[in-house]
Amino acid sequence: MSKKVLIVDDEANIVAALEFLLRKSGYEVTAAQNGDEALQRVESFAPDLVLLDVMMPRISGYEVCRRMRERADWNHIKIVMLSAKGREAEVSKGVSLGADLYVTKPFSTSELVGKIGELLAGA
Amino acid sequence: MLQGWVIVGTSFAYLGLLFAIAYYADKRADAGRSVIASPYVYSLSLAVYATAWTFYGSVGRAASDGVGFLPIYIGPTLMIALWWIVMRKILRISKQNRITSLADFIASRYGKSALLGGVVTVIAVIGILPYISLQLKAVSNSFTIVLQYPWIIMPAKVDAQPIMQDTALWVALILAAFTIAFGTRHLDAAEHHEGMVAAIAFESLVKLLAFLAVGVFVTFGIYNGFGDLFDRAAADPKLAPMMTPLEGVAGGYASWVWLTILSMMAIMFLPRQFQVMVIENVDEKHINKAIWLFPLYMLAINIFVLPIAFGGLLHFPEGNVDADTFVLTLPMVEKQELLALLVFIGGLSAATGMVIVETIALSTMVCNDLVMPVLLRLRRLRLNERSDLTGLLLAIRRGAIVGILLLGYLYFRLAGEAYALVSIGLISFAAVAQFAPAVLGGIFWKGGTRRGALAGLSAGFAVWLYTLLLPALARSGWLPISFVEQGPFGIELLKPLELLGLAGLDQITHAMIWSMLANIGAYVTVSLSSAQSADEHRQASLFVDVFTQTGEAGGARFWRGTASVPDLYQLLARFQGVAAADSAFQDYARGRGLRWPGDTLIADADFVHYVEVQLAGAIGAASARIMVASAVKEEALTLEEVRKILDEASQVVMYSHRLEQKSRELEAATAELRAANERLKELDRLKDDFLSTVTHELRTPLTSIRAFSEILNQEPDVDLAQRRKFLGIITKETERLTRIINQVLDLAKIEAGRAEWSEAPVDMRETISDTVIAMSQVFQEKNVRVEARLPEKVTAVRADVDRIIQVMLNLLSNAVKFCDPRDGQIEITLAEDERELRVDVRDNGPGISAADQQKIFDKFVQAGDTLTDKPQGSGLGLYISRHIVEYHGGRLWVQSRPGEGACFSFTLPLTRAAGGLAHAA
Amino acid sequence: MIALCMLGCVLFNFPILALFNVPATVFGVPVLYAYIFLAWALLIALMAWVIERRR
Repeated sequence: MSKKVLIVDDEANIVAALEFLLRKSGYEVTAAQNGDEALQRVESFAPDLVLLDVMMPRISGYEVCRRMRERADWNHIKIVMLSAKGREAEVSKGVSLGADLYVTKPFSTSELVGKIGELLAGA
Repeated sequence: MLQGWVIVGTSFAYLGLLFAIAYYADKRADAGRSVIASPYVYSLSLAVYATAWTFYGSVGRAASDGVGFLPIYIGPTLMIALWWIVMRKILRISKQNRITSLADFIASRYGKSALLGGVVTVIAVIGILPYISLQLKAVSNSFTIVLQYPWIIMPAKVDAQPIMQDTALWVALILAAFTIAFGTRHLDAAEHHEGMVAAIAFESLVKLLAFLAVGVFVTFGIYNGFGDLFDRAAADPKLAPMMTPLEGVAGGYASWVWLTILSMMAIMFLPRQFQVMVIENVDEKHINKAIWLFPLYMLAINIFVLPIAFGGLLHFPEGNVDADTFVLTLPMVEKQELLALLVFIGGLSAATGMVIVETIALSTMVCNDLVMPVLLRLRRLRLNERSDLTGLLLAIRRGAIVGILLLGYLYFRLAGEAYALVSIGLISFAAVAQFAPAVLGGIFWKGGTRRGALAGLSAGFAVWLYTLLLPALARSGWLPISFVEQGPFGIELLKPLELLGLAGLDQITHAMIWSMLANIGAYVTVSLSSAQSADEHRQASLFVDVFTQTGEAGGARFWRGTASVPDLYQLLARFQGVAAADSAFQDYARGRGLRWPGDTLIADADFVHYVEVQLAGAIGAASARIMVASAVKEEALTLEEVRKILDEASQVVMYSHRLEQKSRELEAATAELRAANERLKELDRLKDDFLSTVTHELRTPLTSIRAFSEILNQEPDVDLAQRRKFLGIITKETERLTRIINQVLDLAKIEAGRAEWSEAPVDMRETISDTVIAMSQVFQEKNVRVEARLPEKVTAVRADVDRIIQVMLNLLSNAVKFCDPRDGQIEITLAEDERELRVDVRDNGPGISAADQQKIFDKFVQAGDTLTDKPQGSGLGLYISRHIVEYHGGRLWVQSRPGEGACFSFTLPLTRAAGGLAHAA
Repeated sequence: MIALCMLGCVLFNFPILALFNVPATVFGVPVLYAYIFLAWALLIALMAWVIERRR
């Protein structure tokens, strides 16, 4: 059974790139463009991993992460945060909210895919 | 039940109780847990003002004078209202200068003059003798009366009694013994007698309770309440006039007034009052409670005086019972043995309280201000040889106590029968009133000199002697009565009771008027005409300015000389004992972070002053001065030098005021700096925000570019269509990135003021048309119709044409972005009025909400719902456009309603402020 | 406080006192006596109040 990944980012291009990459790697992929949609998709799609952009309108990625971690039944879902901000403060904030990984943009695609694989293998 | 032995036994038991209380209080004080550190105890101790005179004599006076007894208590109440100013000042001065007595206070103020101290002591002793004798009379009389129970017999005339059987003598001796036991068991550095104060407070309670008990008994026991009592009095023809009591007051108006004034001064200057109010005070704040508690006490103890008086008059209509004894005889006649005993004890209590405190105060004065200075001067050599003088001091005091009481008794025998109790007391009041000008003048007027004080005191005292004391002696038969009635040597004008023909006043009022006149007159005139010594000047300053000067250093400044520490130690030990000297030195050392013995103390001005002040606590300021002067080699300060020092002091005060001012200004400046710092931090934060936003804006396209590039690089099987698509995205994103970078750089340049602006005449018509043409392809792509309404000619404006084009491009591309997707229409208008050109760009898009209209001009904010259509912009366009327009002196704004499109307008002024483009930041 | 002293002086002096010097009674107590004591008590109360406020 292939693992499911949810991509959350308001930038269409980035979503496209990530979708391509992940599908190539054999995952089942779907996308959301904002926080509300993301939570709905988690509900319906039941992904194993979520790629979460931080800078989004209305509900930030941090908020989505926090809400996800509030639900016990979602605790198994891996969360990878993507952000153009790379300062230590932001990284530790992300980790303290429950993210499994924090990646700064621009990222190396091969590295990212590799890390996703690790996280999903360990599950 | 009321046999002799019962009465004597109870009396001794009561005195024993007082002594026990005093002993206990002293023990607690030694252990550091004082019982008298309470404002209530302090206030009660002040009630030592009410003596046997109050207890017995008030009723006596009321029986003849109606309310005439009241000024003696109302006066103090009025004076106490002034205490907040007067008393606090006296307290502060006394604490600072370690004043030990009233005489010490006066002597200290006028240059530590031993002579003045001696004079005050003599006046005080002589003046108080009548008062003491009055207490003796009251106790012995009441004892005799109560002994005769159940008969009511008035005590026989005094001179009929043989001396050895005279109760009064025994009373005097017993009281002397008790006073010695109370007050001279050891020398205290500050003259505190905690035990005595505790005992006094207790006896104040006892006498109040006893009096109230009698009062209640008479009013509600014998009669049926106030109403009944007064009704019967009104019904009695002899007493009826008393119901309109003012007529009964002897001496009328003047007497009432002067009695009030007299009492106002007595409450301050009776030695016993000074002792408990000032010297025994342990906490300045106690005054606050005392100010109203003490008058309340006086009110309470006087409530029943009139009822008892009337009751007595009604009960003993024949007049053979002395009104002074009503308090005692009424319970006796009603067979209330226990009550009568209680009353006796109450009277005893009142008398002993007064005697103890008064004689202790007087003996301190006699020792410190009369005997010691004389001894020190006369036999200086011999005294210096003796290493421990504490024994001598105590012996002098004990001797003084016995002496004073015996003198009191003597007065009692000589002159005690002449007057009723109250009148005797008033004579003493008048004597101590003589201190008022010297003291009050001393604390408020720096000009009062020693000679002035001496003159005033002597004059007042002399008048007192002549108008009050001598007539009293004459009335008792010790001087020819003709002296009073016709004046000395027959000179009518010098009649003691009608000096210079001032007749029609009662004796006390008359004496008061003349003595005050003489006293104040002499004080003021002699002060004004005499000069002050350096010492006096300094002391005057210390006293009058006590609230504005800081600390004891005030006294130390005025000293120059050399001294040795061992010498000073010897000195202190000699008068206060080795233990006290050790502890004083240790305290001083500790205050300077040193240890004694061990570290060396420097005998500087501060130290010498400290020692002198400690010494003053034992032997008074004047004597201490003498002793310290002999132990050190002092250089006398001339008046000039003292003035210089005082000047310096006032300079220092001025400087410190300025310093305060400066420091306040500094605070204000600091506050401003802090505010500026906050603003800077805010700006910094904004800059951080800006940077992080820019970072994000730059990295986002970079992410796409990198991602797709890597995909194209690494993935082998990307089909052609996808490859095209990806490369297209890369290109677009690169362009986006470039745009953002350009704009950010532009913005940075503009904000830093480093943008280069060129200036040339610009034809807006041309500019607009050029821009429209440049964008024609975009318009075609997006299917937008553009209409430009431009006038034939417009005035040229001086502007940077490239920047204006930038603005136009920005507005037009926004319009294109937002106008209706199917049928886009853009309308451009150019108009001119006298002051400016105006350009409008109107689109038929969805419009902009009022909230967004503000925000779109901010950095990095874009309008539109990013869900449906993320514009390919940077969000900086409008911000920069506005900047450019405002730089040219114009305005850029938007008018729009949701659903009705948007109209962006900007203006460019036709004329410029002189000197180039106006810089609008 | 000085004001209170002045007030007291006025209240307790003859002109005012004479006002109350009538052979009438209040609750059986002659008016003058009642007045003096009440005025006195009032004065004390005022002094207490001023002191408490000062602190």
